[in-house]
Amino acid sequence: MKPFTRLDGRAAPLGLANVDTDQIIPKQFLKTVDREGLAKGLFYDFRFDEQGQPKSGFVLNDPAYKGAQILIAGDNFGCGSSREHAPWALQDFGIQCVISTSFADIFRGNCLNNGLLTVELKPEEVQALMEEAKGGNHLFTVDLETQTVTAPSGAQFTFEIDKDRKHKLLKGLDAIGETLQHGVSIDVFEAKAALSRPWLERA
Amino acid sequence: MPAMAGKTLYDKIWDAHLVAEDAGEAILYIDLHLIHEVTTPQAFAGLRAEGRKVRRPDRTLAVADHNVPTEGQALGVGAVADEEARLQLQTLARNVADNGIEFFPMGDIRNGIVHVVGPEQGRTQPGMTIVCGDSHTSTHGAFGALAQGIGTSEVEHVLASQTLRQQKSRNMRVTVNGQLGAGVTAKDMALAIIGVIGTAGGTGHVIEFAGEAVRDLSMEGRMTLCNLTIEGGARAGLVAPDEKTFAYLLGKPSSPKGAAWDMAVSYWKTLFTDADAVFDREVVLDGPSIAPTVTWGTSPEDVVPITGNVPDPSTYDTPDKKAAVERALDYMGLTAGQPITDARIDRVFIGSCTNSRIEDLRAAAAVAQQAFLEGRLVADHVKAMVVPGSGLVREQAEEEGLDAIFKAVGFDWREPGCSMCLGMNPDRLAPGERCASTSNRNFEGRQGRGGRTHLMSPAMAAAAAIAGHIVDVRDFL
Ligand code: SF4
Repeated sequence: MKPFTRLDGRAAPLGLANVDTDQIIPKQFLKTVDREGLAKGLFYDFRFDEQGQPKSGFVLNDPAYKGAQILIAGDNFGCGSSREHAPWALQDFGIQCVISTSFADIFRGNCLNNGLLTVELKPEEVQALMEEAKGGNHLFTVDLETQTVTAPSGAQFTFEIDKDRKHKLLKGLDAIGETLQHGVSIDVFEAKAALSRPWLERA
Repeated sequence: MPAMAGKTLYDKIWDAHLVAEDAGEAILYIDLHLIHEVTTPQAFAGLRAEGRKVRRPDRTLAVADHNVPTEGQALGVGAVADEEARLQLQTLARNVADNGIEFFPMGDIRNGIVHVVGPEQGRTQPGMTIVCGDSHTSTHGAFGALAQGIGTSEVEHVLASQTLRQQKSRNMRVTVNGQLGAGVTAKDMALAIIGVIGTAGGTGHVIEFAGEAVRDLSMEGRMTLCNLTIEGGARAGLVAPDEKTFAYLLGKPSSPKGAAWDMAVSYWKTLFTDADAVFDREVVLDGPSIAPTVTWGTSPEDVVPITGNVPDPSTYDTPDKKAAVERALDYMGLTAGQPITDARIDRVFIGSCTNSRIEDLRAAAAVAQQAFLEGRLVADHVKAMVVPGSGLVREQAEEEGLDAIFKAVGFDWREPGCSMCLGMNPDRLAPGERCASTSNRNFEGRQGRGGRTHLMSPAMAAAAAIAGHIVDVRDFL
């Protein structure tokens, strides 16, 4: 996993609430056996019309937000399906950080497992960032070390993140490798469970 | 709070599966890992790249469900027309063969939707931890198992270590008192609950369902209820196991047998929330006041009793909410304030892991049969389909003659799979088509681009098929 430390980039405001993972990446893009190349499906129904032509009204089609690395989203972002294709598509498109007032649990976990930072701020703070992002062509800074988001005006907001999560993101640590270091504890757990709940052992 | 508060059911299952704590996260042992073709190829590829092995193939079960066509399954995977779907199905077959994982391939009578197959095989048991790369894994909570949807990175993690890293959620209890009225089902109860708590209402929580109306539900009903927990934002839902749970599991292929059964049951009987346990959040609903409930909008919280009207945006005070309602009405092609029963439908879908079990099909068939006896058929302008949750459900339904009833009234009787729940296979809505659906998500485009989904119970969907518009099933009883 690529470490996340500090990000200086453009931010795109997506002022919709309850954006679900079906909207982030529709089902027709889930029929892949790879992680790569999913940017083409990101927000597909928002970005393209029935003929596959870009829709002019959508924020990520606006040249002012070209190359945006930060997405500022409405409440309850990422609800619905557990598809990890959602963070993969965001990352493939170039988004490295999503800011919202709240995220659905599974989606947030999937993002963090891929080094995509989710930042939760208060409604008025997200609103303020949303306003500043309008028009594009601004630089926002997200600093994980200091846990701050800085808007172009200099307004700065602090966010909370679990300290161990933060450590993993900063270092880009692989969760599986970390867990496998507990192999002995897993062996012991299995041995005990085989005795206390033997009916779970399939012959 | 008392000094030594009792434990909730969630606390008990959590504690029994704690392997270690590491860097602020628990490492939780996973008893059963269900897998399917869509969310696993990248996980197996990751394992291969790192030279890792599947730790417990015996605790892993694979099905083919999300992508499969609902006809011609006997022809095998080679005959699946969609090239990308075929590749995913073939990739799964190769991955499970390489790793010695039990697999019910397409066409196998035991195959079906992952959340229907687990319980039906007796693989799902009380007190277990269960995961699957699908958010509706919450379904298995009906057995008092801690069952959660996970992402593909986590699938890889579980394959490699048989554990999941997680922080504990908070405890929430939803109690539904009293009895449900005639024609009111677990689906209506679930939609009513989501209407009350909202789609983010359970975020960060595990919800235990309690109360007389919940206890009264059959196992199928409890599965429907827990299935929809995720639409209320909670990762897992739980119903404490009881005699109904044990009766359901007795004799299932993978249920414990003989002395092991007795031992299992005595353990399962310890799985309940202690009387003095404290919940972080409690919500109480009155069962008798729940009406048959349908969704009008594009989020599962957009619910309305069947006797009600579609909302009017001008009655909301915040501009955000107003705009959201306007947007949803526009997408759904509905007029502010219209009676929901005026919505004319084009399609009916009876299926999905929410409502495709035998009891669901019986409920829909009962309405269809009643209509047939009165000389009524599926309305001319409506295309209606029934997709059983598994090959075994399909077989059972055919033994009971349900398929004959459905066909006689004009329903299409299909082969099992996820089908139009998410429209990854050829079953999907055309733009603008309105569907009465027993599935779980009415998101924009979920059942096909531009498609309009109204969630409801199987009996309500069958009634809508006959009437040609959304209708109160109680008028059919
Ligand atoms: S039926 Fe629908 S919700 Fe259930 S597992 Fe299949 S796609 Fe997911």
